[in-house]
Amino acid sequence: MDLDYSPEERAFRDEVRGWLRANLPAELRKKVVDYRELTRDDLLRWHKLLAAKGWIAPSWPVEWGGTGWSVVQRYIFEEECGYAGAPPLVPFGLMMCAPVLLQFGTEAQKKRFLPGIYSGDEFWCQGYSEPGAGSDLASLRTTAKREGDHYLVNGQKTWTTLAHMADWIFCLVRSEAADKKQEGISFLLIDMKSPGVAVRPLVLMDGGHEVNEVFFDDVRVPIGNLVHEEGKGWTVAKFLLGHERMNTARIGASRRELEKLKMLAASETKDGHPLIDDPRFRDRLSRVEIELMALEITNLRFLDRLRGGRAPGAEVSMLKITGTEIQQALTELAMQAVGPEAQRRGPFDEADPFDALAASVAGRYCNYRKTSIYAGSNEIQRNIIAKRLLDL
Amino acid sequence: MNFDYNEEQQLLAASIRRFVERDYGFETRRRIVASGEGWSREVWAQLAKLGVLGLALSEEHGGFGGGATDLAAVMEAFGDALVVEPFLSTVALGAQFVARGATPALRGAILPAIAEGRLTMAFAHTERGARYDLARIATRARRTADGYAIDGEKRVVLHAPCSEMLVVSARTDGGAADARGVSLFLVEAATPGVSMHRFGTLDGCTAADIALRDVRVGADALIGEDGKALALIEEVVDFATALLCAEAVGAIAYANAATLEYLKTRKQFGVPIGSFQALQHRMVDMVIAHEQAQSMASLACAAVDREPDPIARKRVVSAAKVKISDACRRVSQESVQLHGGMGMSDEMKVSHTFRRLTTIAQQFGDAEHHLERFAAVSDRRRG
Repeated sequence: MDLDYSPEERAFRDEVRGWLRANLPAELRKKVVDYRELTRDDLLRWHKLLAAKGWIAPSWPVEWGGTGWSVVQRYIFEEECGYAGAPPLVPFGLMMCAPVLLQFGTEAQKKRFLPGIYSGDEFWCQGYSEPGAGSDLASLRTTAKREGDHYLVNGQKTWTTLAHMADWIFCLVRSEAADKKQEGISFLLIDMKSPGVAVRPLVLMDGGHEVNEVFFDDVRVPIGNLVHEEGKGWTVAKFLLGHERMNTARIGASRRELEKLKMLAASETKDGHPLIDDPRFRDRLSRVEIELMALEITNLRFLDRLRGGRAPGAEVSMLKITGTEIQQALTELAMQAVGPEAQRRGPFDEADPFDALAASVAGRYCNYRKTSIYAGSNEIQRNIIAKRLLDL
Repeated sequence: MNFDYNEEQQLLAASIRRFVERDYGFETRRRIVASGEGWSREVWAQLAKLGVLGLALSEEHGGFGGGATDLAAVMEAFGDALVVEPFLSTVALGAQFVARGATPALRGAILPAIAEGRLTMAFAHTERGARYDLARIATRARRTADGYAIDGEKRVVLHAPCSEMLVVSARTDGGAADARGVSLFLVEAATPGVSMHRFGTLDGCTAADIALRDVRVGADALIGEDGKALALIEEVVDFATALLCAEAVGAIAYANAATLEYLKTRKQFGVPIGSFQALQHRMVDMVIAHEQAQSMASLACAAVDREPDPIARKRVVSAAKVKISDACRRVSQESVQLHGGMGMSDEMKVSHTFRRLTTIAQQFGDAEHHLERFAAVSDRRRG
């Protein structure tokens, strides 16, 4: 047993750190650490920097631009990016559509779509959830009716993250009525510029705009945009579930947030003493710090199990549950740390770093309620563990 | 990075698992607990033969030069089987104190005897009102012409009734909870002035309150330097705590396996109760608690084996004990709840695992104690 990284892995980590120091634009980093909303240009700027370096799609096969890194190297890379305050990579093209195309797509589909995903020239979003199909995804009702060389798509998707920035959307649609709701679903790629596609913003309680409703009104989609067989879309959906990334725990970003929280709690005072020395606050902070330590070592143990090439299973669900609980706890402690100032929203004095921070923590707290809901709610994750791992 | 046990560790783990399956079944354990002695000399001889008593001792003393990581799989198997033998007291505490602080002559006499199963030990340290504060010692050792005379009271000394040799902490200087002035002594249990009130513990082990009245020992009985033993106590107790964490992992694994089996076989309303989501989610949280406990136990064992900086070591061991204590409470309570009334029954092993986990949660410090120590040694600014 050896819980340390190998010398090669440490050298790799240093290389990634060095590159991030030299290449992560300071103004992008500042926006991330200050919880500002990132524009499409911000996201693409970072995407293209990584693409130019050849680090944008580590998990892809090398012939399509993958790096050939081990699972541990990929983990190191992702967590170093998170810790450094790099903008998140939008996963829908790189980590969702691309693996599906590599597994199920035709050569023509791979050649058509993978280069645009790699370069960032085509921005993707994911059309899964519907008003009546959330955790019960297979209940979806958006229809695709075959008409000659096209499908005619009608229906509505919701909670569609970054649809307002996207050029393309991959969708689960119902291509035929079936007795079993998992049957008759197809996986379609739809050009967002197609006539009949409409996007309406859904503003969340933090005031931010990241999710949308997407409406399809007689949208014509070429049959060449069907991935895998018609009616076999659920197979694709399940594949994607099993292909979730192992950086779901977001340890690097949480470590950065923890340091920020400690600095905040050291500068705030209670009864004339630093808040961080208040035993009640300190206990809560220490517990989160210990949870993060346990998550990090558990994540490494799981990665070690996957070295043999086995696909991750219930491990991802455990990391998702514990990782998001920590992310949420950190936002809650930041609220506690600023106390009455947490009520502050905007406008605020940009020149005063405390005002800017105080005004951002409540929004962050509100926004992060999403983490235990999205990407398979934490309850769905427990269902997955019960079924897959415990055979209940 | 590699989380697997190496080949030797795996072989040892397999032979220990075979041994406890064959020779330490639940009924055998019940007989040992009910026996007047509260431990089994035959089992102890077997453990010596298997090489685990000397595993963490140097080769010159009949050992194998191993550490906590090598013993972790053994502790897991003991946790699964609820072993009540004086293993932790002898191997993790007594032997480590001697190996790290006794005179060469005493090391040469005592350590091979431990490795060969001829000697058992206990650590007489805790006092009334000291709780988990390792420095809070009122027992006094006064210098005599040829050594020391010890006076004081020790409480809940685990495995003292089955130990021939004690390691006793006493003040040669300082007061109340001073770090300075703490000393350690080797004391034979049969020394005049040592009297024991023995009792059984919640989890089926034996323990004793010990009164020390003008107990005379020679100067060579001193372990470590006179008045400077606190750091050694902290080091050895951390070593034992890491092993206790590994033992907890084994007990938690048993509780989870038994509960999962029960969920699949027990039927109510015409279906296995494991088909109910309210119970599935609780079972899943127990499984997550086990995974995290396993992670933290590995981390703690690595820290006591390889971390030279006491501050960094304490931080990791305390973090591990917080997680383990929480996991012990959660898993033990949930395993009883999901077993329903059956979980309360003395007949069921899971109720004994409940008692062991309940004890471990407080042994060497509960979650609150270690949370406090973690905060005290953690960097206030860095993550």
